[in-house]
Amino acid sequence: MPAPSVRALLLVLLLTAAGCAAAQGAAKEEAAAGPNDGCLMCHADPSAKSAAGKAIAVDAKKFAASVHGAMSLPCTTCHADVQEGVFPHGEVKAAQCASCHEQAVKDYAGTAHGKARSGGRDVAASCADCHGAHDIAKRDDPASRVHRANLESTCASCHGNEALIQRANLPGGNVASRYHDSIHGQAIANRTSAQGAAPTCTSCHGAHDLRGKDDPASKVARANIPSTCATCHMNAKAEWEKSQHGRIAQSAAGAAPGCIDCHTAHDIAQHTDPKFKLAVTDRCGTCHADFADTYRDTFHGQVTQLGYAQIATCASCHGAHQVLPKENPLSRVSDQNRLATCQACHPKANANFVSYDPHANRHVREQGQLLFFTGKFMDFLLLGVFSVFGLHTVLWFVRSLRAMRERRGTPRH
Amino acid sequence: MATPATALPRTQAGAGGRHYQRFDLLDRVMHGLLMVTFIGCALTGLPLMVADHAWAQSFSRMLGGFQSAMLIHRICAAVMIVVFVGHVARVFLDTARSGKWLEMVWGPNSMVPNLKDVQDIAGHVRWFLGKGERPRFDRYTYWEKFDYWAVFWGMFIIGGSGLLLWFPFFFAQFLPGWVFNIAMLVHGEEALLAVGFIFTIHFFNGHVRPEKFPMDPVIFTGRISEHEMLDERGAEYDRLVAQGRLAAVEAPPPSPGLRALAYAIGIPAVVLGTVTIALIVYSFLF
Repeated sequence: MPAPSVRALLLVLLLTAAGCAAAQGAAKEEAAAGPNDGCLMCHADPSAKSAAGKAIAVDAKKFAASVHGAMSLPCTTCHADVQEGVFPHGEVKAAQCASCHEQAVKDYAGTAHGKARSGGRDVAASCADCHGAHDIAKRDDPASRVHRANLESTCASCHGNEALIQRANLPGGNVASRYHDSIHGQAIANRTSAQGAAPTCTSCHGAHDLRGKDDPASKVARANIPSTCATCHMNAKAEWEKSQHGRIAQSAAGAAPGCIDCHTAHDIAQHTDPKFKLAVTDRCGTCHADFADTYRDTFHGQVTQLGYAQIATCASCHGAHQVLPKENPLSRVSDQNRLATCQACHPKANANFVSYDPHANRHVREQGQLLFFTGKFMDFLLLGVFSVFGLHTVLWFVRSLRAMRERRGTPRH
Repeated sequence: MATPATALPRTQAGAGGRHYQRFDLLDRVMHGLLMVTFIGCALTGLPLMVADHAWAQSFSRMLGGFQSAMLIHRICAAVMIVVFVGHVARVFLDTARSGKWLEMVWGPNSMVPNLKDVQDIAGHVRWFLGKGERPRFDRYTYWEKFDYWAVFWGMFIIGGSGLLLWFPFFFAQFLPGWVFNIAMLVHGEEALLAVGFIFTIHFFNGHVRPEKFPMDPVIFTGRISEHEMLDERGAEYDRLVAQGRLAAVEAPPPSPGLRALAYAIGIPAVVLGTVTIALIVYSFLF
């Protein structure tokens, strides 16, 4: 009876195949739900709240799209203090990033954020504040909170939050908004392929090596700023190192302007920007106060104060990164070079013209007897004329009023 | 016949009463041009001197920026120099025609100070203090002569330094650089003196003092009433009577249109000058 047995065999085979397929399908479904099904029974509910009333919802889809979700990590990888199978579980500690990212967490402890946090300032950013939590992504993923296009807004969630800045007295104030308007911030905001390389927050401050400016190891410590800026602006640093400012900064004295003293840190602008050109005289004036004052007495200084940047400011004559004292023959204002420097704007200038003193101080006798005494004479003249005629006028006014009153009293016809 | 001014019945001295010609048309036109160009130079120059003040910055933008302010300043300066040179030329040409060179420097119509001016100063101050009658002034009072020579001094100092700063490349051919430092200093200081003086002392003496408030239209109408002539220029009146020349300078009263024009020009100038003074005082205090 081969026929029934064949039929029976076929049936068995078919049933086995179907059963296998079903079993396989079931196994697959279990894998897709992952190891977190148990957790999501409660945490998938968007309105889920803990006993303490805290929202405990987890967006399963977002987590699945995250770098950790893609790796099918169970919740307990990060939330290691939650015991499987025991629920409802109690209060959960912060995620344990260090169990995988040991070095990163160790580095973080040395940052300004890490130190503040260990010092009890809970407002300081920890891992999730910058990287996100269940939606965490790799930093080259445009969805990442630490992608270079998103960093400004990530840092701004604290350093651009006025209320928080006031409450927690965050260093530097609203640096995010100032950075946003800076040439660096604008290059990132309106980025083209060429400008995409513009620095964002971490380019200067570092990320897991972000330290306060008073920490000598900081990328933004005074002594390290030129090197930090030179990551991009190599030539500027090379010129500055040869300038008077650079030489003093590198010497033992050390107190000389580096990049941010003229350019600022977060308000940094194109050097051709009128706002920068006009502001820079004040910045030079923070050290060279006398020269800024005497500059303001000149036509150049008066016009720039009125708000017009088409006219010479400090760097127009002295140069910027290559600034040198006038005794140095290489200086733009040395006896050898001054004529050419003035001729850049005044092509008809001659030797007499450039012997005009653009920083003459009429109040200092040593800087020129004639100017000093002319100034004194003018002061005396003004004082004399206004005193004599002021008194004359006051006496006349009082007498005239009296005369008019007397006259009004006389009868008319 | 020295009639005390106060004894003259007022009704006779109204706008329609007897008038005398004091300034001819050219005098008035020149004063008008001097006034307009002076205010023009003051308003375009002052913002530079107080450039750190917000009002100066906004005002400079209103003028159309520093280049247009500079252009206005130089146009006004050039016209002012022409008026000045024209006036000096006129004085000498008129004197050459009449041949009365001595009168130019030593007569009642001369601007040169004389002994009477010294006596008038003393007499005026005594009157201020209530210790005597007011002096009877002649055609030009001592304060008017001061104003006049102040303009001469100012024209040389401000005009000279201004030309240096306007044409530095030309002057640098034969002048050293420190001359420009001096020019820059005196141009601003002397301008401050001139502006401060004209807009306070001259305005008071000539216009806003109680007898004339708000202004004296004579510099625009050219004609002075008999009442005011007796009141303010008694010596001139007496002299003209004694010389029998009073009738020769008698003129019809200024028409209402001319008087209105005088006020239309004069009042804005007084207001503008006073505002300028307020801005200067504000800028030097704050």
